[in-house]
Amino acid sequence: MSARQILGKVGLAIAVFIIVSPAILFFIWMLSLSVKFEVDNASYPPVLIPERFAWVNYVTVLTSNRFVTYFFNTLIVTGTATLFALAVGVPAGYGIARMQAHRAAIVILIARITPGLSYLIPLFLMFQGLGLLGTLVPQIIIHLVVTVPIVIWIMIGYFETTPVELEEAALIDGATRWQVFRHVALPIARPGIAVAFILAVIFSWNNFVFGIVLAGRETRTLPVAVYNMISFDQLSWGPLAAAALLVTLPVLLLTVFAQRQIVAGLTAGAVKGG
Amino acid sequence: MSVAAQQQPGIKAATGAQREWRPPSYWPFVLPALIVVLAVIVFPWVFTIWMSLHEWKVGSPTVFVGLANYLRMPNDPRFVEAVWHTLVYTLLSVALPLIFGTLAAVVFHQKFPLRGFLRGIFIMPMMATPVAIALVWTMMFHPQLGVLNYLLSLVGLPAQLWVFHPATVIPSLVMVETWQWTPLVMLIVLGGLAAIPTEPYESALIDGASFWQMFRYITLPLITPFLFIAGMIRMIDALKSFDIIFAITQGGPGSASETINLYLYSVAFVYYDIGYGSAIALVFFVLIVVLAAVMLAMRQRMHWNEAGGGA
Repeated sequence: MSARQILGKVGLAIAVFIIVSPAILFFIWMLSLSVKFEVDNASYPPVLIPERFAWVNYVTVLTSNRFVTYFFNTLIVTGTATLFALAVGVPAGYGIARMQAHRAAIVILIARITPGLSYLIPLFLMFQGLGLLGTLVPQIIIHLVVTVPIVIWIMIGYFETTPVELEEAALIDGATRWQVFRHVALPIARPGIAVAFILAVIFSWNNFVFGIVLAGRETRTLPVAVYNMISFDQLSWGPLAAAALLVTLPVLLLTVFAQRQIVAGLTAGAVKGG
Repeated sequence: MSVAAQQQPGIKAATGAQREWRPPSYWPFVLPALIVVLAVIVFPWVFTIWMSLHEWKVGSPTVFVGLANYLRMPNDPRFVEAVWHTLVYTLLSVALPLIFGTLAAVVFHQKFPLRGFLRGIFIMPMMATPVAIALVWTMMFHPQLGVLNYLLSLVGLPAQLWVFHPATVIPSLVMVETWQWTPLVMLIVLGGLAAIPTEPYESALIDGASFWQMFRYITLPLITPFLFIAGMIRMIDALKSFDIIFAITQGGPGSASETINLYLYSVAFVYYDIGYGSAIALVFFVLIVVLAAVMLAMRQRMHWNEAGGGA
């Protein structure tokens, strides 16, 4: 190996280190904050690894502030909104792709461009009129604004790449369109459905703006609950950081384990978006 | 449900024997989604337009006021200020992730051990829950106890007030936004790099080109379309940015970091001025569409120039 090659390798290693360190250091610091007692979190210079670990921070979060209730609220809102989006969005993506209805795709693009708050004003008034505020229903419905366009968008892209020949052959053999969709198109589309599912779950789970307006004390989702901890409960840093980490942990795990699907979904959507 | 779903295509198959690939027969697949889209996307828009023409405060009667809500905006100093904040915030939040994201993509395009795993770590900031991230950044920005001022002191720089001072609040928030969204630019540009053939580099190496020359004259022109797409997505998202700003500063100190989206929130859900809020929502949407269209037009013109120059 020549000196130049070694230099190149060292240079690459340094570049990789510089690029990845902001993300790594942030999450390490987040973890550190969450396992320190108030004394260590308030000390200067800051302590990275404390002598005594404050695992009690996690106990505090999990036992107080209705954290478990909020966890199940999030699970119900995200789960229902995602499953419903798949139920209507996968067939729609199929139909749009086969009809080559590019105008329908523009509607989805507009949904992508629109600020979430624009939906909130009219839908908030509607939910108020229907007396639904105080239940999880408004949040489930408004999360469809997030999940349905993601699913349709990804499924259009996916079905455009799956072969039509097999479907034509099945139709000639006398299968109905529904049978073709159900037994030919759908099984091939499983990887695409996985991508749509993962991205819909993540963006719905992370959503904050709909919750701050629509959620009451009993119906908060986790992001809203964490926000309220900052502003009202005046907790110390340790439990706050522990709560933040618990809220985002499912998403981070999904990111690491389903990285390939996420990258595929984001870049496909992005490249098509132009 | 399954019975109905099976009957419907059954009828279709009977009548549609001669006209096999006629587009309308796919409508049953699209119909449920269409109803959902009409209910949660189209209806809110129509309602918003209607509301924007009315004086409507929660609890008092609705009065038709024509375009009065729209005429209020240019004379509302807080709105005008919010527009400026939004534009500055957006400009910085597009430019910085584009630069860093391109550099990161060039690095991730190389082969090195643990690449897949490290890429997974690298994209974590954009997938993580924004509010959770904002909470930790708020702690890191703390002037006395925050780790950022400690890091500055290590390299001999003076302590900053970060998000607690009007002059530094927007750059500090842009730093968070850049940290969060550089990965998306990286992924898009990485897709562009993967599509570049290796021949130009090989012949450039033989001609003795430097790394920088190859980047400037081969890589950059070929990934320009991808940079445009990344820039466009980034612009739309930066204009709409809400979670990070709201959770860290609520638009403060004072109104120093209040963007259009945050002001819209205050008007609609703090002052419950529904009519004015709806008008702002519409103007905001038009602003986003116009800026996106301008970027598209720029891209179109560049295509022309490339075609003309390359011939």
